[in-house]
Amino acid sequence: MKSYKFKTATEMTALCDDAGIDLAELMIRREMELFGNTKTMIMEKMAGQWAVMRRAAGQAVTQPVTSMGGLIGGEAKRLAERLKNGMSIMPSVQGWASAYAMSVMEVNAGMGLIVAAPTAGSAGVIPGAFAALQEEKGYDDACMTQGLFVAAAIGLLIMSRATVAGAEGGCQAEIGTASAMASAGLVYLAGGDVRASCAAASAALANLLGLVCDPVGGLVELPCQRRNAVGAANAICTAESALAGIAEIVPLDEMIDVLYDVGKNIPESLRETAQGGMAIAPSAARRCRGCGTNG
Amino acid sequence: MQNPNTISAFDVIGPTMIGPSSSHTAGALRIALLARSLAGGNAIQHVEFVLYGSFARTYAGHGTDRALLAGMMGMDPCDEGIRDAMTLADRRGLSYRFTVNTKTQRSHPNTVDICYETANGRHIRVSGRSIGGGCAVITAIGDTVVEFTGSYHTIIINNYDRPGAVAKITALLAEARINIAFMRLYREAKGDRAFTLIECDEAIPASISEQLGHLPEVESAIVVAAVQ
Repeated sequence: MKSYKFKTATEMTALCDDAGIDLAELMIRREMELFGNTKTMIMEKMAGQWAVMRRAAGQAVTQPVTSMGGLIGGEAKRLAERLKNGMSIMPSVQGWASAYAMSVMEVNAGMGLIVAAPTAGSAGVIPGAFAALQEEKGYDDACMTQGLFVAAAIGLLIMSRATVAGAEGGCQAEIGTASAMASAGLVYLAGGDVRASCAAASAALANLLGLVCDPVGGLVELPCQRRNAVGAANAICTAESALAGIAEIVPLDEMIDVLYDVGKNIPESLRETAQGGMAIAPSAARRCRGCGTNG
Repeated sequence: MQNPNTISAFDVIGPTMIGPSSSHTAGALRIALLARSLAGGNAIQHVEFVLYGSFARTYAGHGTDRALLAGMMGMDPCDEGIRDAMTLADRRGLSYRFTVNTKTQRSHPNTVDICYETANGRHIRVSGRSIGGGCAVITAIGDTVVEFTGSYHTIIINNYDRPGAVAKITALLAEARINIAFMRLYREAKGDRAFTLIECDEAIPASISEQLGHLPEVESAIVVAAVQ
Protein backbone atom coordinates (compact mmCIF):
# COMPACT_ATOMS: atom_id res chain seq x y z
CA MET A 1 0.00 0.00 0.00
CA LYS A 2 1.21 3.48 -0.79
CA SER A 3 2.45 5.50 2.17
CA TYR A 4 1.57 9.16 2.67
CA LYS A 5 3.99 9.90 5.50
CA PHE A 6 6.41 12.79 5.10
CA LYS A 7 9.11 14.56 7.09
CA THR A 8 9.81 17.60 4.93
CA ALA A 9 8.00 20.04 2.66
CA THR A 10 10.02 18.63 -0.24
CA GLU A 11 8.75 15.08 0.46
CA MET A 12 5.24 16.44 0.97
CA THR A 13 5.30 18.17 -2.44
CA ALA A 14 6.65 15.04 -4.16
CA LEU A 15 3.90 12.90 -2.61
CA CYS A 16 1.22 15.26 -3.94
CA ASP A 17 2.81 15.17 -7.40
CA ASP A 18 3.17 11.37 -7.47
CA ALA A 19 -0.38 10.67 -6.35
CA GLY A 20 -1.88 13.54 -8.34
CA ILE A 21 -3.67 14.87 -5.25
CA ASP A 22 -3.77 18.22 -3.46
CA LEU A 23 -2.29 18.93 -0.04
CA ALA A 24 -5.59 18.62 1.84
CA GLU A 25 -6.19 15.15 0.40
CA LEU A 26 -2.61 14.13 1.23
CA MET A 27 -3.11 15.14 4.88
CA ILE A 28 -6.38 13.21 5.07
CA ARG A 29 -4.79 10.06 3.63
CA ARG A 30 -1.83 10.44 6.01
CA GLU A 31 -4.19 10.76 8.97
CA MET A 32 -6.01 7.56 7.89
CA GLU A 33 -2.74 5.70 7.46
CA LEU A 34 -1.13 6.72 10.76
CA PHE A 35 -4.08 6.86 13.12
CA GLY A 36 -6.45 4.33 11.56
CA ASN A 37 -9.56 6.50 11.40
CA THR A 38 -12.03 6.54 8.54
CA LYS A 39 -12.18 9.46 6.14
CA THR A 40 -15.69 10.33 7.37
CA MET A 41 -14.54 10.48 11.02
CA ILE A 42 -11.56 12.65 10.14
CA MET A 43 -13.62 15.05 8.01
CA GLU A 44 -16.31 15.35 10.68
CA LYS A 45 -13.79 16.04 13.41
CA MET A 46 -12.12 18.80 11.41
CA ALA A 47 -15.53 20.27 10.51
CA GLY A 48 -16.17 20.38 14.27
CA GLN A 49 -12.92 22.29 14.85
CA TRP A 50 -13.94 24.79 12.17
CA ALA A 51 -17.35 25.28 13.80
CA VAL A 52 -15.72 26.14 17.16
CA MET A 53 -13.24 28.48 15.42
CA ARG A 54 -15.96 30.25 13.46
CA ARG A 55 -18.06 30.74 16.56
CA ALA A 56 -15.18 32.20 18.61
CA ALA A 57 -14.30 34.51 15.69
CA GLY A 58 -17.80 35.96 15.61
CA GLN A 59 -18.53 35.99 19.33
CA ALA A 60 -16.70 39.06 20.70
CA VAL A 61 -17.33 41.06 17.52
CA THR A 62 -20.88 41.58 18.77
CA GLN A 63 -20.59 40.70 22.48
CA PRO A 64 -17.35 41.87 24.07
CA VAL A 65 -15.80 39.55 26.64
CA THR A 66 -13.93 40.81 29.69
CA SER A 67 -10.77 38.82 30.19
CA MET A 68 -9.83 37.17 33.48
CA GLY A 69 -6.82 39.45 33.83
CA GLY A 70 -8.77 42.52 32.73
CA LEU A 71 -6.14 43.69 30.24
CA ILE A 72 -8.30 43.14 27.16
CA GLY A 73 -11.98 43.20 26.21
CA GLY A 74 -14.03 45.03 23.57
CA GLU A 75 -11.28 45.45 20.95
CA ALA A 76 -12.92 43.18 18.36
CA LYS A 77 -16.18 45.11 18.54
CA ARG A 78 -14.41 48.46 18.12
CA LEU A 79 -12.72 47.24 14.94
CA ALA A 80 -15.93 45.69 13.64
CA GLU A 81 -17.90 48.91 14.13
CA ARG A 82 -15.50 50.90 11.98
CA LEU A 83 -15.75 48.21 9.32
CA LYS A 84 -19.53 48.20 9.43
CA ASN A 85 -19.95 51.97 9.14
CA GLY A 86 -17.39 52.33 6.37
CA MET A 87 -14.80 54.19 8.45
CA SER A 88 -12.12 51.49 8.34
CA ILE A 89 -8.86 52.31 6.59
CA MET A 90 -8.35 48.55 5.98
CA PRO A 91 -11.77 47.43 4.81
CA SER A 92 -12.79 43.91 3.76
CA VAL A 93 -10.51 40.94 4.28
CA GLN A 94 -7.62 42.39 6.30
CA GLY A 95 -9.87 44.44 8.56
CA TRP A 96 -12.24 41.60 9.34
CA ALA A 97 -9.35 39.17 9.79
CA SER A 98 -7.94 41.46 12.48
CA ALA A 99 -11.31 41.89 14.20
CA TYR A 100 -12.02 38.15 14.17
CA ALA A 101 -8.53 37.23 15.39
CA MET A 102 -8.92 39.66 18.30
CA SER A 103 -12.35 38.23 19.05
CA VAL A 104 -10.96 34.72 19.44
CA MET A 105 -8.35 36.02 21.87
CA GLU A 106 -11.03 37.80 23.91
CA VAL A 107 -12.98 34.56 24.08
CA ASN A 108 -9.82 32.67 25.07
CA ALA A 109 -8.85 35.16 27.79
CA GLY A 110 -12.43 35.08 29.09
CA MET A 111 -12.40 31.29 29.58
CA GLY A 112 -14.43 30.57 26.47
CA LEU A 113 -14.14 27.66 24.04
CA ILE A 114 -11.37 27.88 21.42
CA VAL A 115 -9.25 25.58 19.27
CA ALA A 116 -5.50 25.70 19.96
CA ALA A 117 -4.01 26.24 16.49
CA PRO A 118 -1.27 25.45 17.07
CA THR A 119 -1.45 26.92 20.62
CA ALA A 120 -4.00 28.77 22.73
CA GLY A 121 -1.85 31.90 22.57
CA SER A 122 -2.05 31.90 18.76
CA ALA A 123 -5.62 30.59 18.51
CA GLY A 124 -6.95 33.71 16.73
CA VAL A 125 -4.75 33.76 13.63
CA ILE A 126 -6.27 30.96 11.54
CA PRO A 127 -9.94 31.60 12.43
CA GLY A 128 -9.39 35.33 11.82
CA ALA A 129 -7.86 34.98 8.36
CA PHE A 130 -10.10 32.07 7.31
CA ALA A 131 -13.41 33.57 8.44
CA ALA A 132 -12.65 36.89 6.73
CA LEU A 133 -11.81 35.19 3.43
CA GLN A 134 -14.84 32.92 3.66
CA GLU A 135 -17.14 35.93 3.91
CA GLU A 136 -15.40 37.79 1.09
CA LYS A 137 -15.41 34.84 -1.32
CA GLY A 138 -18.43 32.88 -0.16
CA TYR A 139 -16.62 29.56 0.34
CA ASP A 140 -18.73 26.90 2.04
CA ASP A 141 -17.76 25.25 5.33
CA ALA A 142 -16.60 22.06 3.57
CA CYS A 143 -14.01 24.15 1.68
CA MET A 144 -12.86 25.78 4.91
CA THR A 145 -12.42 22.35 6.49
CA GLN A 146 -10.17 21.31 3.59
CA GLY A 147 -8.18 24.49 4.11
CA LEU A 148 -7.61 23.51 7.74
CA PHE A 149 -5.95 20.28 6.63
CA VAL A 150 -3.51 22.34 4.55
CA ALA A 151 -2.82 24.55 7.58
CA ALA A 152 -2.28 21.41 9.68
CA ALA A 153 0.33 20.13 7.19
CA ILE A 154 2.45 23.25 7.69
CA GLY A 155 2.04 23.15 11.47
CA LEU A 156 3.09 19.54 11.60
CA LEU A 157 6.30 20.26 9.68
CA ILE A 158 7.14 23.03 12.14
CA MET A 159 6.27 20.90 15.20
CA SER A 160 8.52 18.11 13.98
CA ARG A 161 11.51 20.15 12.75
CA ALA A 162 11.33 23.06 15.18
CA THR A 163 8.90 24.01 17.96
CA VAL A 164 5.56 25.78 18.45
CA ALA A 165 6.12 26.55 22.15
CA GLY A 166 6.72 30.19 23.07
CA ALA A 167 8.82 29.08 26.04
CA GLU A 168 11.17 27.35 23.63
CA GLY A 169 11.11 29.44 20.45
CA GLY A 170 9.53 32.79 21.35
CA CYS A 171 6.37 34.29 19.85
CA GLN A 172 7.68 33.65 16.32
CA ALA A 173 7.14 29.94 17.09
CA GLU A 174 3.50 30.54 18.04
CA ILE A 175 2.20 33.50 15.99
CA GLY A 176 4.79 32.88 13.26
CA THR A 177 3.70 29.27 12.89
CA ALA A 178 -0.02 30.09 13.04
CA SER A 179 0.51 32.77 10.38
CA ALA A 180 2.40 30.35 8.11
CA MET A 181 -0.34 27.76 8.56
CA ALA A 182 -3.06 30.29 7.78
CA SER A 183 -1.18 31.66 4.77
CA ALA A 184 -0.77 28.19 3.22
CA GLY A 185 -4.45 27.49 3.85
CA LEU A 186 -5.57 30.76 2.23
CA VAL A 187 -3.49 29.96 -0.87
CA TYR A 188 -5.21 26.57 -1.09
CA LEU A 189 -8.67 28.12 -0.69
CA ALA A 190 -7.89 30.61 -3.46
CA GLY A 191 -6.85 27.78 -5.81
CA GLY A 192 -3.07 27.76 -5.36
CA ASP A 193 -1.07 24.51 -5.48
CA VAL A 194 1.17 22.89 -2.87
CA ARG A 195 4.25 24.81 -4.04
CA ALA A 196 2.44 28.13 -3.67
CA SER A 197 1.25 27.10 -0.19
CA CYS A 198 4.83 26.31 0.86
CA ALA A 199 6.11 29.60 -0.56
CA ALA A 200 3.40 31.49 1.33
CA ALA A 201 4.26 29.70 4.58
CA SER A 202 7.96 30.43 4.15
CA ALA A 203 7.27 34.13 3.58
CA ALA A 204 4.93 34.30 6.56
CA LEU A 205 7.61 32.83 8.85
CA ALA A 206 10.26 35.16 7.44
CA ASN A 207 8.17 38.25 8.22
CA LEU A 208 7.82 37.37 11.89
CA LEU A 209 11.30 35.95 12.56
CA GLY A 210 12.69 36.94 15.94
CA LEU A 211 9.35 37.94 17.47
CA VAL A 212 9.75 37.61 21.23
CA CYS A 213 7.26 36.21 23.75
CA ASP A 214 6.78 38.83 26.47
CA PRO A 215 3.32 38.46 28.00
CA VAL A 216 2.35 41.24 30.41
CA GLY A 217 1.82 39.70 33.83
CA GLY A 218 2.52 36.28 32.32
CA LEU A 219 -1.05 36.21 30.97
CA VAL A 220 -2.31 35.26 27.51
CA GLU A 221 -3.71 38.75 26.88
CA LEU A 222 -1.21 41.41 25.83
CA PRO A 223 0.57 41.68 23.48
CA CYS A 224 -0.86 38.29 22.43
CA GLN A 225 -4.23 39.58 21.23
CA ARG A 226 -2.78 42.30 18.96
CA ARG A 227 -0.17 39.93 17.59
CA ASN A 228 -2.88 37.49 16.57
CA ALA A 229 -4.33 40.28 14.42
CA VAL A 230 -0.90 40.93 12.92
CA GLY A 231 -0.43 37.19 12.29
CA ALA A 232 -3.74 37.05 10.43
CA ALA A 233 -2.96 40.16 8.36
CA ASN A 234 0.51 38.80 7.57
CA ALA A 235 -1.06 35.55 6.39
CA ILE A 236 -3.25 37.41 3.87
CA CYS A 237 -0.34 39.51 2.66
CA THR A 238 1.97 36.55 2.11
CA ALA A 239 -0.77 34.38 0.58
CA GLU A 240 -1.45 37.13 -1.96
CA SER A 241 2.27 37.33 -2.81
CA ALA A 242 2.48 33.58 -3.35
CA LEU A 243 -0.66 33.60 -5.51
CA ALA A 244 0.94 36.36 -7.59
CA GLY A 245 3.84 33.98 -8.22
CA ILE A 246 6.39 35.98 -6.24
CA ALA A 247 9.22 33.52 -5.63
CA GLU A 248 10.80 33.00 -2.20
CA ILE A 249 14.56 32.61 -2.07
CA VAL A 250 14.47 30.41 1.07
CA PRO A 251 12.35 27.26 0.71
CA LEU A 252 10.03 26.25 3.57
CA ASP A 253 12.23 23.44 4.95
CA GLU A 254 15.18 25.81 5.30
CA MET A 255 12.97 28.54 6.76
CA ILE A 256 11.74 26.17 9.47
CA ASP A 257 15.36 25.44 10.41
CA VAL A 258 16.00 29.20 10.49
CA LEU A 259 12.99 29.64 12.80
CA TYR A 260 14.36 27.03 15.18
CA ASP A 261 17.85 28.48 15.10
CA VAL A 262 16.59 32.02 15.79
CA GLY A 263 14.40 30.66 18.62
CA LYS A 264 17.39 29.12 20.35
CA ASN A 265 19.13 32.50 20.19
CA ILE A 266 16.27 34.37 21.86
CA PRO A 267 17.28 34.95 25.49
CA GLU A 268 15.22 33.20 28.15
CA SER A 269 13.87 36.52 29.46
CA LEU A 270 12.04 36.86 26.13
CA ARG A 271 10.59 33.35 26.01
CA GLU A 272 7.31 33.43 27.95
CA THR A 273 8.92 34.16 31.31
CA ALA A 274 7.45 37.69 31.61
CA GLN A 275 10.96 38.81 32.65
CA GLY A 276 11.66 41.01 29.64
CA GLY A 277 10.32 42.91 26.66
CA MET A 278 6.94 44.60 26.94
CA ALA A 279 6.23 42.68 30.15
CA ILE A 280 8.70 44.83 32.08
CA ALA A 281 7.92 48.20 30.45
CA PRO A 282 7.05 50.49 33.41
CA SER A 283 3.55 51.30 32.12
CA ALA A 284 2.74 47.66 31.41
CA ALA A 285 3.93 46.64 34.87
CA ARG A 286 1.87 49.45 36.47
CA ARG A 287 -1.21 48.58 34.45
CA CYS A 288 -0.91 44.98 35.48
CA ARG A 289 -1.16 45.60 39.20
CA GLY A 290 -4.23 43.68 40.23
CA CYS A 291 -4.65 42.14 36.78
CA GLY A 292 -4.88 38.67 38.21
CA THR A 293 -1.23 38.13 38.94
CA ASN A 294 -0.32 37.67 42.53
CA GLY A 295 2.97 39.19 43.65
CA MET B 1 11.31 18.61 17.76
CA GLN B 2 9.09 15.58 17.52
CA ASN B 3 8.78 12.50 15.30
CA PRO B 4 6.36 13.67 12.57
CA ASN B 5 4.66 10.28 12.43
CA THR B 6 3.37 10.72 15.98
CA ILE B 7 1.68 14.06 15.20
CA SER B 8 -1.97 13.98 14.17
CA ALA B 9 -3.62 16.82 12.25
CA PHE B 10 -5.67 17.30 15.44
CA ASP B 11 -2.56 17.83 17.55
CA VAL B 12 -1.88 20.82 15.31
CA ILE B 13 -5.47 22.08 14.90
CA GLY B 14 -6.49 21.22 18.43
CA PRO B 15 -7.25 20.51 21.14
CA THR B 16 -10.59 22.24 21.51
CA MET B 17 -10.31 23.76 24.96
CA ILE B 18 -11.44 26.38 27.43
CA GLY B 19 -8.90 29.20 27.46
CA PRO B 20 -6.71 30.90 28.26
CA SER B 21 -3.88 28.42 28.80
CA SER B 22 -3.66 24.67 28.34
CA SER B 23 -1.22 24.32 31.24
CA HIS B 24 -2.86 26.80 33.66
CA THR B 25 -6.50 25.99 32.88
CA ALA B 26 -7.10 22.59 31.23
CA GLY B 27 -4.16 20.94 33.04
CA ALA B 28 -5.28 22.33 36.42
CA LEU B 29 -8.81 21.03 35.87
CA ARG B 30 -7.44 17.61 35.07
CA ILE B 31 -5.45 17.46 38.32
CA ALA B 32 -8.62 18.24 40.28
CA LEU B 33 -10.62 15.73 38.25
CA LEU B 34 -8.11 13.01 39.13
CA ALA B 35 -8.02 14.10 42.78
CA ARG B 36 -11.81 13.96 42.91
CA SER B 37 -11.88 10.41 41.57
CA LEU B 38 -10.14 9.28 44.78
CA ALA B 39 -13.33 10.13 46.68
CA GLY B 40 -14.84 7.09 44.99
CA GLY B 41 -18.13 8.82 44.26
CA ASN B 42 -18.64 10.25 47.77
CA ALA B 43 -19.86 13.85 47.89
CA ILE B 44 -17.17 16.46 48.61
CA GLN B 45 -18.00 19.13 51.21
CA HIS B 46 -14.89 21.22 51.53
CA VAL B 47 -11.74 21.63 49.49
CA GLU B 48 -8.52 23.57 50.01
CA PHE B 49 -5.97 24.29 47.32
CA VAL B 50 -2.37 25.35 47.91
CA LEU B 51 -0.80 26.81 44.79
CA TYR B 52 2.92 26.89 44.05
CA GLY B 53 5.25 28.48 41.48
CA SER B 54 3.63 29.91 38.36
CA PHE B 55 0.21 28.74 39.60
CA ALA B 56 0.73 30.87 42.73
CA ARG B 57 1.76 33.94 40.75
CA THR B 58 -0.78 33.94 37.92
CA TYR B 59 -3.71 31.79 39.00
CA ALA B 60 -6.45 34.43 38.99
CA GLY B 61 -5.56 35.82 35.56
CA HIS B 62 -5.50 32.34 34.08
CA GLY B 63 -8.67 31.20 35.82
CA THR B 64 -6.66 28.38 37.43
CA ASP B 65 -8.78 28.70 40.60
CA ARG B 66 -12.03 28.31 38.65
CA ALA B 67 -10.62 25.39 36.66
CA LEU B 68 -9.50 23.57 39.84
CA LEU B 69 -12.88 24.04 41.45
CA ALA B 70 -14.64 22.93 38.25
CA GLY B 71 -12.52 19.77 38.28
CA MET B 72 -13.56 19.03 41.87
CA MET B 73 -17.16 19.18 40.67
CA GLY B 74 -16.42 16.80 37.81
CA MET B 75 -16.86 19.32 35.02
CA ASP B 76 -15.62 18.57 31.51
CA PRO B 77 -12.47 20.48 30.36
CA CYS B 78 -14.56 21.91 27.46
CA ASP B 79 -17.47 23.08 29.64
CA GLU B 80 -18.17 26.78 29.12
CA GLY B 81 -19.54 26.90 32.66
CA ILE B 82 -16.00 26.69 34.12
CA ARG B 83 -15.84 30.48 34.32
CA ASP B 84 -18.78 30.37 36.77
CA ALA B 85 -17.39 27.50 38.87
CA MET B 86 -17.44 29.57 42.08
CA THR B 87 -21.15 30.32 41.78
CA LEU B 88 -21.87 26.70 40.99
CA ALA B 89 -19.84 25.51 44.01
CA ASP B 90 -21.77 27.91 46.28
CA ARG B 91 -25.03 26.57 44.93
CA ARG B 92 -23.93 22.98 45.49
CA GLY B 93 -22.75 23.67 49.03
CA LEU B 94 -19.11 22.97 48.26
CA SER B 95 -16.92 25.31 50.31
CA TYR B 96 -13.42 26.08 49.11
CA ARG B 97 -10.27 27.99 49.95
CA PHE B 98 -7.25 28.96 47.89
CA THR B 99 -3.88 29.79 49.41
CA VAL B 100 -0.61 30.56 47.70
CA ASN B 101 2.79 29.38 48.77
CA THR B 102 5.56 31.32 47.06
CA LYS B 103 8.23 30.36 49.60
CA THR B 104 8.43 26.59 49.12
CA GLN B 105 10.23 25.66 45.92
CA ARG B 106 8.55 22.69 44.24
CA SER B 107 10.32 20.73 41.51
CA HIS B 108 7.72 21.77 38.91
CA PRO B 109 6.43 25.35 38.44
CA ASN B 110 2.76 24.38 38.01
CA THR B 111 2.12 22.44 41.20
CA VAL B 112 -0.95 22.32 43.44
CA ASP B 113 -1.79 20.49 46.69
CA ILE B 114 -5.46 19.60 47.09
CA CYS B 115 -6.94 18.62 50.49
CA TYR B 116 -10.60 17.78 50.70
CA GLU B 117 -13.20 16.34 52.97
CA THR B 118 -16.03 14.07 51.89
CA ALA B 119 -19.54 13.94 53.31
CA ASN B 120 -18.70 10.63 55.01
CA GLY B 121 -15.82 12.27 56.89
CA ARG B 122 -12.81 11.13 54.87
CA HIS B 123 -9.86 13.50 54.43
CA ILE B 124 -7.94 13.12 51.20
CA ARG B 125 -4.73 14.91 50.25
CA VAL B 126 -3.30 14.87 46.74
CA SER B 127 -0.46 16.69 44.95
CA GLY B 128 -0.39 17.22 41.21
CA ARG B 129 1.43 19.01 38.44
CA SER B 130 0.26 20.41 35.14
CA ILE B 131 2.92 19.34 32.64
CA GLY B 132 1.76 21.17 29.48
CA GLY B 133 -0.75 20.73 26.68
CA GLY B 134 -3.52 20.06 29.20
CA CYS B 135 -1.81 16.96 30.61
CA ALA B 136 -1.32 16.38 34.33
CA VAL B 137 0.38 14.02 36.75
CA ILE B 138 -0.67 13.10 40.27
CA THR B 139 2.56 12.99 42.27
CA ALA B 140 1.41 12.17 45.81
CA ILE B 141 -1.56 10.71 47.64
CA GLY B 142 -1.28 11.53 51.33
CA ASP B 143 2.39 11.13 52.21
CA THR B 144 2.99 8.50 49.55
CA VAL B 145 4.81 9.53 46.41
CA VAL B 146 3.01 8.12 43.35
CA GLU B 147 2.84 8.89 39.64
CA PHE B 148 -0.17 8.55 37.39
CA THR B 149 -1.69 10.62 34.61
CA GLY B 150 -5.18 9.25 34.14
CA SER B 151 -4.42 8.45 30.50
CA TYR B 152 -5.19 4.79 31.26
CA HIS B 153 -7.92 3.16 33.29
CA THR B 154 -6.30 3.11 36.70
CA ILE B 155 -6.90 1.17 39.90
CA ILE B 156 -5.47 2.66 43.07
CA ILE B 157 -5.31 0.07 45.80
CA ASN B 158 -4.61 0.94 49.39
CA ASN B 159 -3.23 -2.32 50.78
CA TYR B 160 -1.01 -3.68 53.54
CA ASP B 161 2.61 -4.38 52.70
CA ARG B 162 2.43 -8.19 53.09
CA PRO B 163 3.74 -11.17 51.08
CA GLY B 164 1.26 -12.39 48.49
CA ALA B 165 -0.87 -9.24 48.36
CA VAL B 166 0.14 -8.38 44.81
CA ALA B 167 -0.37 -11.99 43.62
CA LYS B 168 -3.94 -11.96 44.87
CA ILE B 169 -4.67 -8.61 43.25
CA THR B 170 -3.30 -9.59 39.84
CA ALA B 171 -5.06 -12.97 39.96
CA LEU B 172 -8.37 -11.15 40.36
CA LEU B 173 -7.63 -8.96 37.33
CA ALA B 174 -6.55 -11.98 35.27
CA GLU B 175 -9.86 -13.69 36.04
CA ALA B 176 -11.72 -10.61 34.79
CA ARG B 177 -9.55 -10.70 31.64
CA ILE B 178 -8.15 -7.24 32.24
CA ASN B 179 -4.72 -6.61 30.77
CA ILE B 180 -2.25 -4.67 32.90
CA ALA B 181 -0.33 -2.01 30.97
CA PHE B 182 1.74 -0.67 33.89
CA MET B 183 1.97 -1.53 37.56
CA ARG B 184 3.85 0.17 40.40
CA LEU B 185 4.10 -0.36 44.15
CA TYR B 186 4.60 2.36 46.74
CA ARG B 187 4.79 2.08 50.50
CA GLU B 188 5.13 4.40 53.46
CA ALA B 189 7.35 2.00 55.48
CA LYS B 190 8.15 -1.72 55.47
CA GLY B 191 5.18 -3.80 56.59
CA ASP B 192 3.04 -0.67 56.76
CA ARG B 193 0.38 0.63 54.41
CA ALA B 194 1.16 0.51 50.70
CA PHE B 195 -0.30 1.68 47.42
CA THR B 196 -0.55 -0.55 44.38
CA LEU B 197 -1.18 1.46 41.25
CA ILE B 198 -2.28 -0.47 38.18
CA GLU B 199 -2.92 1.07 34.76
CA CYS B 200 -4.99 -1.07 32.38
CA ASP B 201 -5.95 -1.09 28.73
CA GLU B 202 -9.55 -2.12 29.35
CA ALA B 203 -12.23 -0.28 31.26
CA ILE B 204 -12.45 -1.66 34.78
CA PRO B 205 -15.91 -2.64 36.05
CA ALA B 206 -16.92 -1.31 39.49
CA SER B 207 -17.40 -4.91 40.66
CA ILE B 208 -13.61 -5.33 40.53
CA SER B 209 -12.99 -2.68 43.16
CA GLU B 210 -15.61 -4.33 45.34
CA GLN B 211 -13.97 -7.75 44.96
CA LEU B 212 -10.55 -6.25 45.64
CA GLY B 213 -11.94 -4.57 48.75
CA HIS B 214 -12.91 -7.99 50.12
CA LEU B 215 -9.31 -9.24 50.11
CA PRO B 216 -7.87 -9.23 53.66
CA GLU B 217 -4.71 -7.48 52.38
CA VAL B 218 -6.69 -4.62 50.86
CA GLU B 219 -8.10 -1.66 52.73
CA SER B 220 -9.69 0.07 49.76
CA ALA B 221 -9.60 0.04 45.97
CA ILE B 222 -10.64 2.88 43.73
CA VAL B 223 -11.17 2.73 40.01
CA VAL B 224 -10.32 5.85 38.01
CA ALA B 225 -11.67 5.80 34.48
CA ALA B 226 -9.26 7.13 31.85
CA VAL B 227 -9.59 10.86 31.26
CA GLN B 228 -9.53 11.75 27.58
